Amino acid sequence: MSDIYATLQEIVGKDYVSNQAEERYFYGRDPGLMPPHEPDYVVMPRTTEEVQEIIRLANKEKVAVVPKGAGLSLTGLVIPQIGGIVMDMKRMEGIEVNEAGRYVIVEGGVTHAALKSHLQKNYPHLRHSIPDSPPIATIVANAVIHGQGRLTQQRGFNSDMVSGLEVVLPTGEVCRIGSCAVSSYWFSKGPPMPDLSGLFLGWFGTTGVITRLGMKLYPCKKMRDVMLYITDRAELIPDIIRKLSHTEMMEDIVVSCAPLPLRFKGVFNMLVYITGDSEEELEFKRKMAWDALREYFESRDGGFMGVSPYMKPSLLAMPSKDTTRFADVSKGGGFEYSGPIAPIEKYPQYVKKLEELASKYNLFYSSAARVIDGGHSMMFSFSYTFNRADPDTMNRAKTALDEAAEFALDEGGVIWKPNLNEQRMVMERMDPNTLKLLGKIKQLLDPNGIMNPGNWEAK
Amino acid sequence: MLELKFDKTKCADCKAVSCLVKCQYMHFDRDTARTEWQKVVNGEDSQVLHDCATCYSCEEYCPFGNHPFYLIVERQEEKGILPAPRPITTMWINQCQPIGRFTVGKVEEKAMSFCFLPQFGILAGGKLFEDIAWSSIFGQEFFCNAVYLHFARMSVIRDRLPKVIENIAKQGIKELVCLHDECYGTFTSLAPAYGIELPFKPVHYYEHLYDKLKELKDEIQPLNVKVAYFRNCSARLIPETDHFVDDIFGLIGVDRVQREYDHENALCCAELIRVSKGPEMADDVQKRNLDDMLKAGAEYCVFNCPGCWDSMVEKVVKTGIKPIHMIDLCKLAIGEEQALTPPEPALEV
Repeated sequence: MSDIYATLQEIVGKDYVSNQAEERYFYGRDPGLMPPHEPDYVVMPRTTEEVQEIIRLANKEKVAVVPKGAGLSLTGLVIPQIGGIVMDMKRMEGIEVNEAGRYVIVEGGVTHAALKSHLQKNYPHLRHSIPDSPPIATIVANAVIHGQGRLTQQRGFNSDMVSGLEVVLPTGEVCRIGSCAVSSYWFSKGPPMPDLSGLFLGWFGTTGVITRLGMKLYPCKKMRDVMLYITDRAELIPDIIRKLSHTEMMEDIVVSCAPLPLRFKGVFNMLVYITGDSEEELEFKRKMAWDALREYFESRDGGFMGVSPYMKPSLLAMPSKDTTRFADVSKGGGFEYSGPIAPIEKYPQYVKKLEELASKYNLFYSSAARVIDGGHSMMFSFSYTFNRADPDTMNRAKTALDEAAEFALDEGGVIWKPNLNEQRMVMERMDPNTLKLLGKIKQLLDPNGIMNPGNWEAK
Repeated sequence: MLELKFDKTKCADCKAVSCLVKCQYMHFDRDTARTEWQKVVNGEDSQVLHDCATCYSCEEYCPFGNHPFYLIVERQEEKGILPAPRPITTMWINQCQPIGRFTVGKVEEKAMSFCFLPQFGILAGGKLFEDIAWSSIFGQEFFCNAVYLHFARMSVIRDRLPKVIENIAKQGIKELVCLHDECYGTFTSLAPAYGIELPFKPVHYYEHLYDKLKELKDEIQPLNVKVAYFRNCSARLIPETDHFVDDIFGLIGVDRVQREYDHENALCCAELIRVSKGPEMADDVQKRNLDDMLKAGAEYCVFNCPGCWDSMVEKVVKTGIKPIHMIDLCKLAIGEEQALTPPEPALEV
């Protein structure tokens, strides 16, 4: 094993590899409920070539490799299940914007914060889809887990906005995916050719290491505003979403429910975001939102609330800080959610289950559901808090989340960024031939099974 | 069971029907007003119960102090009429529910009430409050609850108000300076209308400001500015306090511009009209009010209620008129700075 350590030092330099207990401890866990498992080495490559060399070494030594962004999935996706090498991508931080083509090429470790800052400073008329994870979340990792962000209602999953990939395959070759495979432009991840990006997005690093990623950028309007719609009837929410998304004018739609603070009790809060280049444009969109929901206003089943100008900064913040606040509701700083991508029509059933499980396991709950791609589906989070110093609350939260995942699947959803147990649940329900295809692809790309073992083990 | 002190005979004998004829938001001729009002009095359904904008003004218009608005609210609730969407009503009822958590300073017999409005923590500082700053109460337990007048929930007020009064008394308070105009209105209009006795003396903060400014008279530098006064809904419960506006303006050298929508003819902030009647009516009311201020040449818009401030501050700024709370205006006159300032534009683009 010491040969591996020495070779890694040769590849990346001695400052960027460790087998010390501190690093192994840190890289062996994430903030969620999955049990920790330490890696043998942590390495931080700077270039694609270094990534290649590490992968070749891992193949030679039959050592596992887990590429890691910020490790914020909460579902243990970058916990090295059998040890090996955790490849922390954060030193790969190059950003290259094609302003005319409205896309950016980022290296594997670029964070959402870094890209946001870069765009605000240099290209203020362009923006990307910022998720509500902490700002250190990386663009690549977020795309790999099919993350969502502030443009998801309009543009789909953040992975739908990918416009090209550079991947180091599990066997060490570098491969370009999309228009960049035949051109110097990164405007498309596939079309008009076969879309091979699907071999890497959603695979949690089991099919290669994404070293560069093209991401579409979108017009950044001069103004944003947020409207707050409240209803107390869960069964109306699918129709409310349908009516709002029908306008094709809402930047983002997020539905929340929680028993606390008291103003949330017994009602559903919908944050509806709009953007515009002028006050007139914003006003028109506000009117469209009002008109879309006039029926429920007249029936007194729902209405828009005034939002204090002092509340707006926190509601408009990207990313939202509410998730972090929620994480400490039970004190002890723990929360995790099962976030199925669900049919919107099932919202009432999902809410009922969320509350049932909270009551059954005596947990504090919350849910934020984001509309995806103009209303084709939504991410519904079953979120429960726990105290990290209290194993009992952690166990109860874990059991509740397992039940939530089973329920979500039974009700037609598909689990988002599933942990190992949830991956098994998904694969058990998967069409057998699809599952076989999954296994074949993985075997083809990663014959030695070195990439993030344990994940998507289609056997 | 607390019951509204309402005298049917006063309405039966009333020729003017000012409560409805003067209404800014419903338009009745005198005969229709009389017919509709008698329906309300008799407990029948009336257009009034559905169209009322809940501006409180009829409390001021009634020359007999017969509490027409409180009766409207009672009748709306009896009939299950919802002025605002049901979930918004629920949200309001829940968010101000007493839960045993409150903040008190070093409370003395004379104390200030911040109601449940954090803005007063920002405003109540400096020389104007130097002899009382530490003696304050804040939180749901001291929340006046009058807001439920907008939501046809007199039952909530009847249920919670006695307890609120008890909570205040428990603090040993004998004299309560109400920084929220609506608290003063609750204690001096709503409570007596339901026969609730107060074990303390409420003092409107305008009276406190006026007295302090007189004490600090030598430090006053006249502001020599023209201001539009923004009269809020709860001022309608206590029109007897309106003279303090002019008294204070006189002390600090401020000219209250003559305009159409002031005094009895004032327009409200309309934010609860937006919630209950929709944006068209609210936008119209707000625009007329702002246009009126501009036309009158106002340099400042002076607010009494933090709720109105929140609703209107950004719109006032856009007109070029400077928004300011009454407390801050007084501070400016004695060389102190404005504490409650307009929010920075929240964009995050």
